[in-house]
Amino acid sequence: MCNMGDFDYLIIGNSAGTVGCIEGLRSVDKNGTVALVAEEDCHVYSRALIPYYLGGQITRDKMYYRPLDFYDRARVCVFQGHQAVKIDSAVRVVELDNGSRLGYGMLLIATGGKPVFPPIPGLDKQNVFSFHSMPDLLGIEKELAGARSAVVLGGGVIGLMAAEALHKRGIKVHVLELAERLLAPVVDATTSHLVEDALQKAGVAMYLNNTIDQVHGTERVESVTLKNGQNIPCDLLIVGVGVAPRVELAEGTSIEVNRGIVVDKRMQTSVSGIFACGDCASTYNFVTGTEQNLPLWPNAYLGGRIAGFNMAGMERSFIQGTTMNAMHFFDVNIVNAGVNVTGANQGDGLEVKQNYDSDGQTYRKFVLSENGHIKGFILVGQIARAGIFLNLMRRKIDVRAFQQELFKNDFGYADLPEILRWKLLQDDVILGVV
Amino acid sequence: MGRIKAKPEVCMGCHLCEVWCAVAHSKSKHIIKAFLYEEDKPLPRLLVEEKLPLTFALQCRHCAEPDCVTACISGALWKDPESGRVIHDPNQCVGCYSCVLTCPYGNIFINHRKREIIKCDLCAGLDTLYCVSHCPNEALVYEDC
Repeated sequence: MCNMGDFDYLIIGNSAGTVGCIEGLRSVDKNGTVALVAEEDCHVYSRALIPYYLGGQITRDKMYYRPLDFYDRARVCVFQGHQAVKIDSAVRVVELDNGSRLGYGMLLIATGGKPVFPPIPGLDKQNVFSFHSMPDLLGIEKELAGARSAVVLGGGVIGLMAAEALHKRGIKVHVLELAERLLAPVVDATTSHLVEDALQKAGVAMYLNNTIDQVHGTERVESVTLKNGQNIPCDLLIVGVGVAPRVELAEGTSIEVNRGIVVDKRMQTSVSGIFACGDCASTYNFVTGTEQNLPLWPNAYLGGRIAGFNMAGMERSFIQGTTMNAMHFFDVNIVNAGVNVTGANQGDGLEVKQNYDSDGQTYRKFVLSENGHIKGFILVGQIARAGIFLNLMRRKIDVRAFQQELFKNDFGYADLPEILRWKLLQDDVILGVV
Repeated sequence: MGRIKAKPEVCMGCHLCEVWCAVAHSKSKHIIKAFLYEEDKPLPRLLVEEKLPLTFALQCRHCAEPDCVTACISGALWKDPESGRVIHDPNQCVGCYSCVLTCPYGNIFINHRKREIIKCDLCAGLDTLYCVSHCPNEALVYEDC
């Protein structure tokens, strides 16, 4: 078993970034000693699967993000059920909540995010949950049998996934959103309205420009009064308004924090030998060229993986991260990436091209820069081969010569101009009759 | 690990690679039984790109650093270090389509009926690469690299 002591690599956290780091560094360094500190007392699972489990689509064993023997095979010491409380970077030691100390050569902070609770009195009652962790999942699961009416605070991605999961379990769901439309920061108004239509059709109640004014009940929430005075019965209250970076460990150290823990493209913090990734970090967004918190699964895994390579001495850069979502709400498939723009035109020289086909229930929107680079896109309904658009975006391809083709539902490499097509596929085809 | 490569100039656009790919991944592996009698209609895991007269087939490139594996929220996709294959476990897949969003080649396909994805597995467990061996004009070849 694992003993306290010194490790070549130490990771704080146990989710996507941690697994990315281990898989990255183990592909370079097979022998270095690796340990991780995990607060939750269970094997690594995917938070992104919580709605699938609670919606009744998967069993508990499918929640695991990697096989049960993953850490053994990667020869990782797992200190489970412990919290790291302090980093002493001068002597390269991490202190745990039980007072024990772990030395490290390289350290990764992958502490993730913590759900935000708005300052509404009564959100500490028994049947109030965030939608983030295994304790949340177990708590919500216990409530499901007796719940007839649920309130979901927050009409963003998490809130809507929670709403759909509860709806599937036969519960009447009420979604409260402070903004004038659902998913407001994530997608444009047209997409929001398509999602609102889908929820309405399914029978989910929506309250826009609204929030909880008062929570009623003693130990448990029994009902809530909304800002507009309306009263809703409530057997289960889900708070899904967002997640804030967990940066406590960096506080009081010389690790720079700007909302998230600031890292360079190698995922290293301002302190040499300490790396960070995922929801706790502020990372490079290749579309905007700035550092920002990008709390999305692919970014967390990839950031961890890049950190792992660099920690093991192989230089790699995190230059593929941006906002990106693959979502589905009541069978409406949506993907988006990059900047989100509502309205036809936006300053900064950005130009919007869009097409809404009400018959086919498909919608496509591209945000182009002055020089024809895709800066953002949204596809609703027909999402096949969406990754080609992300690739064009990452490679900063001028799409103006074929921009009409982007709206074809079966858009593909055949639609690109010949020279560009074969440049992008140079390793994948053999040209010339041979 | 090798890769399947297309020769666009000799591709006739017959789509037989798609047909045989679907057969290869059917239950019976029999072209008539598969299409006529199997409950799950056989689906191809590659696509003939077409803008006539141009045609060529494209399938999963089994990338060295696969974006689909990075994006997968359920652990259903992984790269097998020994074979180099990017493998998909349908039992673990929840159909979130994050891989569809991130595959730079657009080579992860959607099985709408089952809400899961399908992709090329280089005919794992079969004795031949069906798309390559059934191409009438050798427009698909397997190259070691």
